[in-house]
Amino acid sequence: MNQDILVLVEQVRGQVADITYTMLAQARQLASAGAKIVALLIGNDAEALSQDLAADEVLYVDHPALKEFNGEAYAHLLAETITRLAPRLVLLGDTTIGADVAGWVSARLELPLVSCCRTIHAEGGDWVFVSPVCGGKLVAEGVLPAQTTVVTMQPGGFRTEQGRSAQPPHVARLEPPALDGLRITLKQYTEPQGEDVDITHQPLLVAVGRGIERQDNLDVVQELADALGGTVCATRPVVDQNWLPTSRLVGKSGKTVKPTVYLALGISGAPEHCEAITGSEMIIAVNTDPVAPIFNLARYGTTLDLLDLAPVLAEKARAVKVR
Amino acid sequence: MPERIDFWGIPQPWGPILVYSIVMLAAVVMLVRVYRQASLWWKVGRPEKRWDRPLARLWNVVKVSFAQLRLLRQRYPGIMHFTLAWAYFVFFAGTALATINGHFFTFLVGSPYLVYKLVLDLFTLVFLVGAGMAAYRRFIKKPQRLTLNSRFTWSLIFIVGIVFNGLLVESFRLAIQKPDWALWSPVGWGLAQLWIGTGIPEAALHTLHVTFYFIHFLTVSALFVTLPASSLLHIFTVPLNAFFADLDVPAGRLPALPQNKQSEPVYASSLKGLTWKQLLDGDTCTECGRCQDACPTYAAGGEVSPKQLIVRMRDALHRDGRAIASGQAAPVLAGDGISESMLWSCTTCGACDEECPALIDHTGLVVDFRRWLVSEGRVETRLQDALAALSRYGNSFGQSERARAKWTQPMPVKVKDARKEAVEYLWFVGDYAAYNPQVSDVTRLTAELFQKAGLDFGILYEGERNAGNDVRRAGEEGLFEFLVEKNAAALGKCTYQKIVTCDPHSYNTLKNEYPAEAVGGRPVLHSAELLEQLVTTHKLELTKKLGTRVTYHDPCYLGRYNGVYAAPRRLLAAAGCTLVEMPRHGAQALCCGAGGGRIWMDEGPMKERPSENRVREAAALPGVEVLVVACPKDLVMFRDAIKTTGLEGKLVVKELAEIIKEAAT
Amino acid sequence: MKILVPVQFVPDLVEELVIDASGDRLDPYSIRWKLNECDDHAIEQAILLKEKYGGTVSVLAPDFEGVEDALYAAGAKGADRLVRLCADFEGGANTHALARLFLPLIQQEKPDLVLTGVQAYSSMDGNVGSLLAGMLDWPYVGYVSGVKPGDRKVWVRKDFPGGLTAELEAQLPAVLGIQAAETPPRYVPISKVRQVMKTCKIEEVNADLDPAGGVATRELRPPEGATRATMLDGDVEAVADQLVEILRAQGVL
Repeated sequence: MNQDILVLVEQVRGQVADITYTMLAQARQLASAGAKIVALLIGNDAEALSQDLAADEVLYVDHPALKEFNGEAYAHLLAETITRLAPRLVLLGDTTIGADVAGWVSARLELPLVSCCRTIHAEGGDWVFVSPVCGGKLVAEGVLPAQTTVVTMQPGGFRTEQGRSAQPPHVARLEPPALDGLRITLKQYTEPQGEDVDITHQPLLVAVGRGIERQDNLDVVQELADALGGTVCATRPVVDQNWLPTSRLVGKSGKTVKPTVYLALGISGAPEHCEAITGSEMIIAVNTDPVAPIFNLARYGTTLDLLDLAPVLAEKARAVKVR
Repeated sequence: MPERIDFWGIPQPWGPILVYSIVMLAAVVMLVRVYRQASLWWKVGRPEKRWDRPLARLWNVVKVSFAQLRLLRQRYPGIMHFTLAWAYFVFFAGTALATINGHFFTFLVGSPYLVYKLVLDLFTLVFLVGAGMAAYRRFIKKPQRLTLNSRFTWSLIFIVGIVFNGLLVESFRLAIQKPDWALWSPVGWGLAQLWIGTGIPEAALHTLHVTFYFIHFLTVSALFVTLPASSLLHIFTVPLNAFFADLDVPAGRLPALPQNKQSEPVYASSLKGLTWKQLLDGDTCTECGRCQDACPTYAAGGEVSPKQLIVRMRDALHRDGRAIASGQAAPVLAGDGISESMLWSCTTCGACDEECPALIDHTGLVVDFRRWLVSEGRVETRLQDALAALSRYGNSFGQSERARAKWTQPMPVKVKDARKEAVEYLWFVGDYAAYNPQVSDVTRLTAELFQKAGLDFGILYEGERNAGNDVRRAGEEGLFEFLVEKNAAALGKCTYQKIVTCDPHSYNTLKNEYPAEAVGGRPVLHSAELLEQLVTTHKLELTKKLGTRVTYHDPCYLGRYNGVYAAPRRLLAAAGCTLVEMPRHGAQALCCGAGGGRIWMDEGPMKERPSENRVREAAALPGVEVLVVACPKDLVMFRDAIKTTGLEGKLVVKELAEIIKEAAT
Repeated sequence: MKILVPVQFVPDLVEELVIDASGDRLDPYSIRWKLNECDDHAIEQAILLKEKYGGTVSVLAPDFEGVEDALYAAGAKGADRLVRLCADFEGGANTHALARLFLPLIQQEKPDLVLTGVQAYSSMDGNVGSLLAGMLDWPYVGYVSGVKPGDRKVWVRKDFPGGLTAELEAQLPAVLGIQAAETPPRYVPISKVRQVMKTCKIEEVNADLDPAGGVATRELRPPEGATRATMLDGDVEAVADQLVEILRAQGVL
């Protein structure tokens, strides 16, 4: 085993996901002198995606069957690569892509696995991981074992720019394996319901979570958003109830947003949500629970009831706009 | 000599024979048809014993059918119906007396006869007044709560027609007879002047008399025959329903889930799951709509109404009853004929049961249907979450049981733990009073008042669970039993003399529904009752006379269900407050909309929430600044309503304890 | 179709989370266990499949406090077999250990489909589904919110980032990590659960716990206060005023 770090590149429909850059940034920070950062890119006609990856080397596997994400193929390829390279650390995203692969590989190769990791830092000769657990209410810290370890990373620990490179890395093409026996195939994508607004391009987002309690209270929130000139979005519990369409979902299985201001109303701050808003310039949180994890992420906060605050804030905002 | 001549002017002998045979035939047909309809109640419905306390039941019949007290609560329709009904009682009695007189025992001679005639004639007038009121109401005024269709119009036409007809017959006879005692039949005689005046020959008058006489008894026969299918069936069903009604209305005690012979629960999925009494309720309803007018959800703009509930059940019985009785499968009722949204919208406030002149039980029916919906898992998400939280944590807030007594922490003098020491009063605090921060401030205040009065009291701390009143009314009987078990176990380990609670819902179920072993037969008081006792016995001294103008909202489960109206009012008087009653007060108080599990459900579309309606009613009272409540849920609902109606600054909501605290300092 | 649903328990966050004196784990006596929410969805999805397409559903649960309630509730929803895995679970078990516990039963039963919750917020070493799939060498699809069986295969709807979903086809036997059932978990009335308690039996299986594969924690602590938000003071009016100022300063108002 060497000190190399292997990163699995996540790409969906021809775009490299931000989490990849986060992982590369993490790898950059950890890699000691002489250690290589290797990125594993899988796809079809996707070599160009390797251009700005901040890796020392990119291993690229090309095959028509790998155009879209395939959990089985990715797992096999990753396992093979790990066996060949014997790296110190294998980084995958703690995402709907990485989490499908990590456990399979960990079980198959009998490698230890750390999931939901926020950051890894060096401490003397040890590598120490920090992971939020229990909905963000606790933080776990531990030393990575001295053997090849698989780690799935959450977004937010690093700025994605740190994982980009101006210089394209060296790309080595790997022989694609025999892929006829694949037991999983992607049939088709389903677009999110056609919606007027793309929340990823809005400067001011008014987000609602469980704290809104009932669907009728959405009116109050919409009023506030209108008064502020912002857009309403939501966390999973709200979308699951069909109070808002999935196009408004912000979170691990929804959209990642980077607005100028993110106003979080009645949102506790579970990691699945928080990971998608860490890019916001400013987060303001309204939650009656003074120890809600969202307050660790927000710049400003208040424990007032959102139903009391929203109408008053809307009125004042309207007054300002009139002036 | 004044006397009643049987069948005067009617051709003998075939006249009486014809009359008797046709009328009796018609009467038999009527009774057979009534019986056939009635038999559906017990052939389709479940058995249930309702023969206990027959004298009390008979007294209900007197109050409902003869005194018609509930009807008279509303002046216009009350007088209208009273006159119509009593006129007919008198006419019926008159006909009966005439028959006895004609065949068995002659007594309508001389003065008795004259009085007899006068009474009958005067009641004709009385009837005409009522008929006029009815016609005006049904054709001109057209109040929304009535069903204005031909069925009811025909009934009115029939009964008016018969009386007019009878009057005509009498007038023709009097025009011919011209007796000395004619003035004892003033109305008939007045009409007879018309014929005398126009100089119609006597022979023509005879023909008219006989013609209208036959028309009269044919109409009566027609009425008999059609009565079982008409709205007048209530003549039979209302007294029956009054006899078999629950003796406590509204019932603070719901029946347990019925079981069949295999000890399996019987649910009200179809008509077969209802009792014969519930089906009788359907046939009793005259669609007067008073229940609908009293219903808070209906007033809020919902389409759901207690009247529609009963009418649809009745329609289902008429449509499918025969088929079901002959063995065919019974179609599902709840959720199909009667929508789920209608069933879940009820707050179980009991206002409908309180207003119904026929003593129909609406809320019991709603709960029975809900029990079935719950058994099928057809429960909306928010209610599911609340029930799951109640099951797991013993409260609907989803907060830990360990946090139940957090409200006691800031108190300088610790509240006794009834699980560890013997107390005189065991204070059952309730969920909202413990967990809701708005209310827990008042709970602390109440605790301080108790302490100031030197009361020996304690609470169950974490041993307390939701008492289960609204869980039961939401139809989750299994969860109710589970909560009762847990509370009974906790109570069983304590030593106490009485239970006191500030929550009317807990009060109702602890007092009326908890098994005797659970509370050991000990009295259950509401804090209003206890505070009043403490004030009158000077254990709690009220030093200040507040002089504020207040109004008081009677909580449904304290007032309507359990009759506690006076104690809170005496308390307010003792505190020197001037009480101004809202138009709907006492047993007519408008529910805040939170009961029956509604506070755990999605509101649904509403024009105006019941709580908003109520605070506006309070704010409209001149010079009233304070709305006093005696229930934690009322406190929360009305404070929210004041915000949403923009009445902040004009009206303030205070709990009784807050008022007493002000007066006691 | 034969479906197996392995489930797990997580600490109930409604209760206060107390860290053990050792500082590296939760105080086992203060933990109140609750069925993992995603596993509740997995049970529901399995029952939905059974109702629509026939088959059997077996639920496997480790012997944590409250396991009976969870299993009987699953039985009341329609699960056919209720299995309780007994081992020494003091303080919990990592995901690798749980996967190893479930493995022999799955190999024995040879189900067509294994449905399990895609994640549990107390897991620190991956999710049960993908681990099991690796041990069994079966295909695995996670973040599934819809399942339809076909001929020796299933079609699933998988969540992708950005609100995107895709329909995938997987050959049976397979392991699916359920994010959400097609309809929210149904309500089971207490009376039904009590009925099931009388009629259904919970099978007990004894096993040994092998925690290898997880990673040791050296410290468990509450989140940092260093980056805590500046809390705004005052009543609704005052806070609203402050917010207006903040928003103006940010240039959005």
